[in-house]
Amino acid sequence: MIYFDNSSTTLINANVLNTYQAVSQKYWSNPSSLHKFGEKSFMLVEQSRLQIADLLGVKGSEVFFTSSGTESDNWAIKGTAISKRKLGNHLITTQIEHPAVLNSMKQLEELGFKVTYLPVDQTGIVSPDSVEQAITENTILVSIMAVNNEIGSIQPIAKIGDILKEYPSIHYHVDAVQAIGKNLWSKLFHPRIDLMSFSAHKFNGPRGVGFLYKKANRQLQPLLSGGGQEQNLRSGTENTPGIVASAKALRLTIETQQKTAQQTVAIKRELLDYLTDKPGISIFSPDASDFAPHILTFALEGVRGETLVHLLEEQEIYVSTTSACSSKDETGSGTLKAMAVDDRIAQGAIRLSFSSENTLAEAQEFISKFEEIYKRFENISY
Amino acid sequence: MEFSEVLVRYGELSTKGKNRREFINRLHGNVSRALHDLSHLDISTKRDRMHIKLNGENWEVVDEKLSKVFGIETYSPAIKVSKNIEDIQEAAVEMMKAIYHEGLSFKVNTRRSDHEYDLDTNEINQLVGGSVTDALPDIAVKMKNPDVVLRIEVRHDAVYLSNRTIKGAGGLPVGTAGKAMLMLSGGIDSPVASYLTMKRGIEIEMVHFYSPPYTTDKALAKAKALTSKLAAYSGKIKFIAVPFAHIQEQIKQNIPEGYLMTVQRRFMLKLTDLIREQRKGLAISNGESIGQVASQTLESMMAINDVTTTPIIRPVATLDKTDIIRISEKIDTFDLSVMPFEDCCTIFAPTRPKTRPKTEKAVLYENALDSESMIQEALDNIQITDIYPDQDFISTNNQDEFEDLL
Repeated sequence: MIYFDNSSTTLINANVLNTYQAVSQKYWSNPSSLHKFGEKSFMLVEQSRLQIADLLGVKGSEVFFTSSGTESDNWAIKGTAISKRKLGNHLITTQIEHPAVLNSMKQLEELGFKVTYLPVDQTGIVSPDSVEQAITENTILVSIMAVNNEIGSIQPIAKIGDILKEYPSIHYHVDAVQAIGKNLWSKLFHPRIDLMSFSAHKFNGPRGVGFLYKKANRQLQPLLSGGGQEQNLRSGTENTPGIVASAKALRLTIETQQKTAQQTVAIKRELLDYLTDKPGISIFSPDASDFAPHILTFALEGVRGETLVHLLEEQEIYVSTTSACSSKDETGSGTLKAMAVDDRIAQGAIRLSFSSENTLAEAQEFISKFEEIYKRFENISY
Repeated sequence: MEFSEVLVRYGELSTKGKNRREFINRLHGNVSRALHDLSHLDISTKRDRMHIKLNGENWEVVDEKLSKVFGIETYSPAIKVSKNIEDIQEAAVEMMKAIYHEGLSFKVNTRRSDHEYDLDTNEINQLVGGSVTDALPDIAVKMKNPDVVLRIEVRHDAVYLSNRTIKGAGGLPVGTAGKAMLMLSGGIDSPVASYLTMKRGIEIEMVHFYSPPYTTDKALAKAKALTSKLAAYSGKIKFIAVPFAHIQEQIKQNIPEGYLMTVQRRFMLKLTDLIREQRKGLAISNGESIGQVASQTLESMMAINDVTTTPIIRPVATLDKTDIIRISEKIDTFDLSVMPFEDCCTIFAPTRPKTRPKTEKAVLYENALDSESMIQEALDNIQITDIYPDQDFISTNNQDEFEDLL
């Protein structure tokens, strides 16, 4: 089997799974319990929080555990809207965000908030100037993803951060779900960022754990009220095994991110060499500094992406149409649409996404299997 | 370019006539203890200053530790270069460039202990000053009150340059003013009182009351963690834990509600004073701040202070809470102090304590108690531990245990 769908989810690391199991069996007390047994779990959660904070270069008190990247995005956006509703009702985002962001924004629009969805250029990158032009005195939030999940384009997070220095009261949220562990951190982390979303299962951690970086002193209303966990901002009994396993997964990922990036970009290059200049093939993820090393999206004109996914799956090769979340949605890729890619081409897009588990040999096998498929359609379309 | 030695200038102690020798010896001991981990250092003391040869040790670490030693007015890191005048000039230019900003004024001040050296002080001043103004044409030369003095010392072995003067912690060397018992609760005020007490040269020993099962181990660990932070200023602090629950229970059973607090405080002070006597202290210090809580009105202080004639130092008595917090942040005790573990003062706290208790009434109510045996029992069960800087009492035990998981 060749698994080229790591932007949808990753295989949990074996050591991380061991941690998950050990913690589940040994530290299963409620971290909020007063007794020593509970205290142990509390300490373990806090130690995990500190480890994640250290790896991100932030403070422990700025890391909040959630259930997913989706929850982190929802919280950052809706929490800001509630906190700042008296200061303004305008939010800025892009047309290529993950549905967790876009649909949160849509919900807010129904409640009377105004949202600007910024366009992107034909390579899938938003312009920092357009962010500045969209700012009004009512703007309370700018939410921009770091790495696009459909084509891997890297957004100008730092430049937008520089612009937002002039607008200190606006919350700056960055969806970093696809960016963490890809050796892009120094490029993307900007001191102006107030909120950042993460998801553990994207970096070989367990399902059901996300976290949000919230800069100290930034106000964010909770979405989940209850027992007052996470500094009274995100209630719900802590997912101790998931949290500890995620902290471990992040450490392992960051320790090896340089090597992983080299490895995945080598795979990407091998595939690009094959695909480039091939009639009917459109490439959306070039080998360039503003594209992530682990995502390669391309289309075969005239063949639906879904068809390609199923043909490859017969060879035990697993890829995705665009994002897994919208893969079953008939409307196709939001990002390609925003890039004004012709529908006929956009519908044929598939996304390959790599991890440290993938090898060059797999890339070569993919090429030979894909070549058969390509030949089969050559006579039909061209 | 690496610093090779540090010149330390003494604080007020330089002016203290006949006790000078003792002060200098004590400061030498305190500096040695603060820098104990850095085994290659060579510390030598002179009448008016101290030299620390780094011998390859990290200057930043020395700086961080030295900044906490009381009795130091200022200190300057110096660079060692060969006696070749070109080397001296080159180092001088590099050092001035590192701190240059627009409008900066400077002068060169040379001292020679090697009188054989072929250039005299004026020649050195001119040659080095000239090379600096050549490299930094906009720098101002000022003989009176320049912003920076570039000091050059020609010694027999080499030449030493320094142009930074770092403000030390001030105060007097800890231990030169005798010893006091510090009543440490774990709140914000008593660590600040500890710091200020040590700053005046007083050695402190912590007296901490704890009341299991009414208080948790965490409250005790927190008090020890605070002590460890403060030990950075003296090298080591004795921590005396006094079990207090049994006394509190008996007070609760026998004393009218309005006087619960006053009588508890009287017992604490009595116990502290007896411990002071055993340990040959000369004073008691605490974090009382006037008017902050019911026990800290002047009437309450009067009724509580009644149990002893030992001097009680209250360094934060007249400070506003915001000022106290500012100091606690500076000495890095604030975050620990606000950890929410109940200490023994808040349990058995009456809902409506008397803010104007009367001494006679407190004494009268106390007569119902077998004070002597209560106090003796507590004294028999005190526990004394030595606490050092950078000890971790909050999370140590778990770190190793969790290591494999994380």
